Amino acid sequence: MATKSKSLPLTKRGLNFEMLMWIFTRLSALAMYALILFAIIGALVMGARNQMNLADVLRWGFMPNNTHVLSTDVPDLAPWATPFWRFVASALVLVATAHGVHGLVVIADDYIVSPRGRSIVRFISIVFMLAMIGIGVYVIWTA
Amino acid sequence: MGLKRNVSLTTGLKYKGQGPMLTFVLHRLGGLGMAIFITVHILASFVGGEIGSFFNNIYEHWAFQIVIFFFVLFHAINGLRITILDLWPKLLEHLREAVWVEWAVFIPIYGLAVFVIITTALGG
Repeated sequence: MATKSKSLPLTKRGLNFEMLMWIFTRLSALAMYALILFAIIGALVMGARNQMNLADVLRWGFMPNNTHVLSTDVPDLAPWATPFWRFVASALVLVATAHGVHGLVVIADDYIVSPRGRSIVRFISIVFMLAMIGIGVYVIWTA
Repeated sequence: MGLKRNVSLTTGLKYKGQGPMLTFVLHRLGGLGMAIFITVHILASFVGGEIGSFFNNIYEHWAFQIVIFFFVLFHAINGLRITILDLWPKLLEHLREAVWVEWAVFIPIYGLAVFVIITTALGG
């Protein structure tokens, strides 16, 4: 006898916004792994093996912003401050902020359960997210 | 209202969730820590000047880096475990083993990073 599948079909599961955000949290995490791995490989190509220690490489990987390599032995910052790396860093800010702010909403929902409270949380989180993305991208392109 | 519990706080604190519960707590703690850290870091870099360098100097301190690396690395590796188990639900039967694998990946990477941070701080 074939065992019955434990997962519900998509139509019975309810495809709502929270479900989409659940998927988004997973996919944005995967995107961040890709971006971080990409930045670490980029750092190694640019000579990090001789000029940076593991902690410095990881710091660059978590946010490929040229101010993160200031205190290392890298002789010339120019290759680390190209528009290309600024775009990679901007993409990481975008994905990470959305992922992080949604995480904060998930935590808040564990403690704030009234519909009014939750809509206030959502409003604040959207304003906060847009502000942090704007400021973060500004810092990356002016640093 | 949101804090109304069906069990008392002391019972809740004695809950033996073991390995998976510990990862849940650390994941949430790390996520909150990162959210606060990154918000302040971005704002400090934006403001600049004395206030900005006051905060960013704290962030460059080796003791702070040890803490934040724990948060970030654990959140990243635990998040990968959650993603893999969520996208392939059949693997959920091996949740406890997955948590052990997770620590086996986390400890060497984190240990090496802490070792490097400390030797650098001591002028190595």
